[in-house]
Amino acid sequence: MLELDLTARIGNFRLKAAFRAEAGVTALFGPSGAGKTSLINMLAGLLRPSQGRIVVQGHVLFDSKQGIDLAPEARRLGYVFQESRLFPHLTVAGNLSYGRRLVPKGRTQVDFDAVVDLLALAPLLTRRPRTLSGGERQRVAIGRALLAAPRLLLMDEPLANLDGPRRSEILPFIEGLQRQLGISIVYVSHNMDEIVRLADQLIVMADGSIVAQGPVDEITARLDLRALTGRWDAGAVLTTEVAAQDQRDALTRLSFQGGDLWLPQLSLAIGTPLRIRVRARDVSLALTPPRGISILNVFAGQVIEVGEDDGPQVDVLVDIGCPLWARITKRSQRELDIVPGRMVHALIKAMAVDRRGLGSEPD
Amino acid sequence: MLSPLEIAALSLSLKVAVWAVGCSLAPGIAIAWLLARRDFPGKALFDGLVHLPLVLPPVALGYLLLVLFGRNGPVGAWLHDWFDISLVFSWRGAALAAAVMAFPLLVRSIRLSMEAVDRRLETAARTLGARPLRVFLTITLPLTTPGILTGLLLAFVRCLGEFGATITFAANVPGETRTLPLALYTALQVPGGEADATRLAFLSVALAITALVASQYLARQLSKRIGL
Repeated sequence: MLELDLTARIGNFRLKAAFRAEAGVTALFGPSGAGKTSLINMLAGLLRPSQGRIVVQGHVLFDSKQGIDLAPEARRLGYVFQESRLFPHLTVAGNLSYGRRLVPKGRTQVDFDAVVDLLALAPLLTRRPRTLSGGERQRVAIGRALLAAPRLLLMDEPLANLDGPRRSEILPFIEGLQRQLGISIVYVSHNMDEIVRLADQLIVMADGSIVAQGPVDEITARLDLRALTGRWDAGAVLTTEVAAQDQRDALTRLSFQGGDLWLPQLSLAIGTPLRIRVRARDVSLALTPPRGISILNVFAGQVIEVGEDDGPQVDVLVDIGCPLWARITKRSQRELDIVPGRMVHALIKAMAVDRRGLGSEPD
Repeated sequence: MLSPLEIAALSLSLKVAVWAVGCSLAPGIAIAWLLARRDFPGKALFDGLVHLPLVLPPVALGYLLLVLFGRNGPVGAWLHDWFDISLVFSWRGAALAAAVMAFPLLVRSIRLSMEAVDRRLETAARTLGARPLRVFLTITLPLTTPGILTGLLLAFVRCLGEFGATITFAANVPGETRTLPLALYTALQVPGGEADATRLAFLSVALAITALVASQYLARQLSKRIGL
């Protein structure tokens, strides 16, 4: 879908990156100054790499060897900027249709009403950008980019300028893009919660180069990346699907590779894919299957790795069919002799994974 | 209410100013764009040249025009031979003199406004599939309209008041190049012409105020329209 291999020099900053991204949402994660924005600006044709190659869906957008360097308008990549960049002299409707009129003949148009519905823009159409709230602006900017019928949507920290509630107001819309329009997205962010919620693949950048890439759950489970990914409250990401609803006890059963997980009821249809984050501090370990306790979710597994930490706690990576993190005290670790290879039971409290754990705001 | 002579001077002034400003608009926008958005060798010199009429004595400029555009001047002779157009002693000459004098004001105002246009909006337009020319016409230019309007007004008022370059280059021909300021000057040369001069002065004031008020109203409407 996307193939990229670039080197660039911007002043004293050197950037070297190569990756392939499959269809879906690919997140570019890293601290500020890592080169994330520079990288997608090069994708969009706003910044010129010194050499390399960019291919999107089989179309060569840039190739220094062949002397190909398509202009931004010829690349057909949608770009949602951090500051929505709506045109102030046009209404919302005018902004939305700006790129739509420029879609080359022969390329399928994106249905205007469908996008307006998807992003709930109907009540805004006659308004001016100046009168919109930050969240509304970003929704219009997303709609505008989509209506230009892009091959790929680039989003550069689209939620960074929004406060917490506005953020969670927009996230479902972005989730909807991928699910309902099937468009692939490259999503730049330094917020792990957004990424866990939205992305399928994760590319971690630091100091102008890529330090890791792979599926989100795999990358977030890696201990060696903790220094980068661990700014966010440590935890494992489980890819699950809604399996059943228990109306009597108001619980929802999610199935995943490690078995079944019971959570307080979520108003989601059965079969809905859901990625959840289980914080390390909400997981405890036991050597024998516990009896007579109130915890619903118990998973047998094997210890893979025990982290190094200066504090009184350690993080333990347990394989329960998929990686799971547990944060325990060093004393427990010593007394239970928790070392790699040991069989343990991981306990997850159902109430611990609430809606907040579903990737919105960290508390 | 107005004497035939006053009406002649007033309508001539308006005609000269409208033509001068109308013909300057397109080159004014082009040069403002060059100065606001392009870097080229000799830009400082070019910039100075554009602003020269602002600092040069109008009489000197009128003389330069005479040298260039007079019957025997290089450009004037060519215009006369090929198009049978003569600028000297004609209202066209007055319009040219006024246009040259007013041009820096027009360019300056458009340029400042264009520099204030957020270039990130232009980038956004390009990612939506617009080529640079379309970006200019649909984003840059509409967002520059307040500056264009201000520039047009300043230039227009400057044209109405033009005296030195006009009288030097196009001379003082009644009904042809005798605009309001020239008529006022002429009245003062005649013994007992003070009453006429006063009326003409009031007429000039009324005209300038009308133009100012109208343009401010327009500018406000426009700013509202483009959502600034």
